[in-house]
Amino acid sequence: MALVKPLGDLPFVRANPALRAFVIGAWLGWQIESNWARPLLFAIYAVARPLASALLLVIMYSVITNGATQEPLFAFIFIGNALYIVVSSVVSGISWAVIDDREHYRVMKQLHTAPMSYYSYLIGRGVARVGIGLTSFVITMLVGVVFFQLPIALNTINWGLLILASIVGIIAMQGIGVILGAITMQLASNLWFLGEGTIAALYLFAGAIFPLDVLPEALQPFGMFYPVTYWIELSRRALLGANAPTFHAMGAIPSETLLLILTGMALFMAIASYIVYRLSLHRAKEMGRLDMETSF
Amino acid sequence: MDSAPAIKTENLGRIYKIRGPKKKGDQKELIALKDVTLEVPRGQLFGLLGPNGAGKTTLIKILCTLLLPTSGTAFVDGLNVATQSQDVRRQISMVSGGETSGFGLLTVEENLWMFARFYGLDNAVAKRRIAEMLEILGISDRARAKISDLSTGLRQKMNFVRGFLTDPNVVFLDEPTLGLDVTAARDVRTFVKQWMQDHPDRTLLLTTHYMAEADELCDRLAIIDKGQVLKDDTPTNLKHGLQQNAIFNLKVQPIGKKPQDNGRIEDVPGVQTVAVRDHAEFSEINLTLQDENVLPAVLTHLGGRGSSLIALEKHEPTLEDVFINLVGRRLDQDTHGQENGASE
Repeated sequence: MALVKPLGDLPFVRANPALRAFVIGAWLGWQIESNWARPLLFAIYAVARPLASALLLVIMYSVITNGATQEPLFAFIFIGNALYIVVSSVVSGISWAVIDDREHYRVMKQLHTAPMSYYSYLIGRGVARVGIGLTSFVITMLVGVVFFQLPIALNTINWGLLILASIVGIIAMQGIGVILGAITMQLASNLWFLGEGTIAALYLFAGAIFPLDVLPEALQPFGMFYPVTYWIELSRRALLGANAPTFHAMGAIPSETLLLILTGMALFMAIASYIVYRLSLHRAKEMGRLDMETSF
Repeated sequence: MDSAPAIKTENLGRIYKIRGPKKKGDQKELIALKDVTLEVPRGQLFGLLGPNGAGKTTLIKILCTLLLPTSGTAFVDGLNVATQSQDVRRQISMVSGGETSGFGLLTVEENLWMFARFYGLDNAVAKRRIAEMLEILGISDRARAKISDLSTGLRQKMNFVRGFLTDPNVVFLDEPTLGLDVTAARDVRTFVKQWMQDHPDRTLLLTTHYMAEADELCDRLAIIDKGQVLKDDTPTNLKHGLQQNAIFNLKVQPIGKKPQDNGRIEDVPGVQTVAVRDHAEFSEINLTLQDENVLPAVLTHLGGRGSSLIALEKHEPTLEDVFINLVGRRLDQDTHGQENGASE
């Protein structure tokens, strides 16, 4: 993040309201997320919380399977859960940024009278959350490899697939986050729950802790139209390589096809998020909600 | 664009729909602005004077692109605020009084730097201007303090730096001295006056319900109440309109014990406007009379109601008197006649 300040000084960044909003949003997001004045809180948030959630799953799994952590299903669940930490961090983080700006810092007036793109700024705020999410993911995975012997080695990871899928996946997640943020702009109550509630509800449809085929047929389309499902599956494959489980229906689809679907969905989410954001901004200005403070 | 007025509104209207507590369709309408037509030339410090709830903040929000009008049009620097909002924002800045906002975890310097970058200012220019303006406003020693550690006055001064840092063409100050102590408010007013002197081509729109502030700062004033502009002129001309009248401030005790016995003060021939403010021990009456000769009749009337006179003062017309004359109540009463409190 130390790079952000000089990056923001590049002439083409300074001249473009969207780019400068993105860069400054990322800088600000990092300042907020890594507020080291409260290191304990940061550690709890970034490390202890995801670890606790992973360990809870391990315990549940161990009780049910009598400690069969060497089964492919264990790696499936553990990695899926760890990846979903990133999803939760990015998606709910962006909608949370809207709440933060409006209710906590009360800077909506100042931000929306400045000549910058709040849409890009939100994406920038999301980038900081990507950093937090990835940190939590890496720590959780380290615990998985060291203590539960997950079959992952640095030299067997398909880095190309992992990085490509993650870039595309994060674009999709940012899109979902901005859509939730745009909806948050309209809400006067229950706004705190929108981001986290939605992401928690979608946890069941992402193929994170169980394959989509386990779901009733009527619910499976939710997972199929959720970009995160594809990102988790691709990342899992990239991490496990030849050890990737193939016992579920999605396991039979080639990675190239999954990547193509994910790219299409990410593109759709990026476009949809911009449209939803613009509509929501217009509506908020129409209704006088842009800088409302609800004290909820 | 240069020939266009800095601010122009034509029949600007804004209605808020307020949802009822129960049914979804149960909506009420609140008219915040009604047919507001204004023109502010470049280089003017223009004031909007009105009580709480008059529509001042609503007007500023529309001009700052935070709110869409329900009807009419508004232009800032020749740009339509509804359709060219991004272009408008390049020309303006806004500072609101009584704000406790800000990214509390950032330092004053960081917060200002961030906003300077939002406006596309070069890093070196931003830093130089921040240092200069913090010095001017006397808070350079707090540059590295976290915003959350600042008092209201210091935070407001920092907001001022933010507002002027980007060298805007049009500045909107919404109740800029609200909640400030006397010294901080004076510093802010001094800064505003100096800035206008140093930048004669820039325009500043100020809303206030402090008449002394409006009188001291503004080149021109619009008096606004219940969403309508009632009069728009220089402070001198506004007061001059009352010059031929006699204006008195009376303190009486008690008032209103037998209000029905001999009618209202307003009914006394020659009384133009009456504004009463009740205090614990006495009532204060602002009277505008046709001329001094009406006063004996008013005093007789008050005596008839059982009121005894504590003090009587004749004074030159103030903006408060102008306001009372136009609206029929004091400036420190909101649109419902309550003393302050209500928001816009």
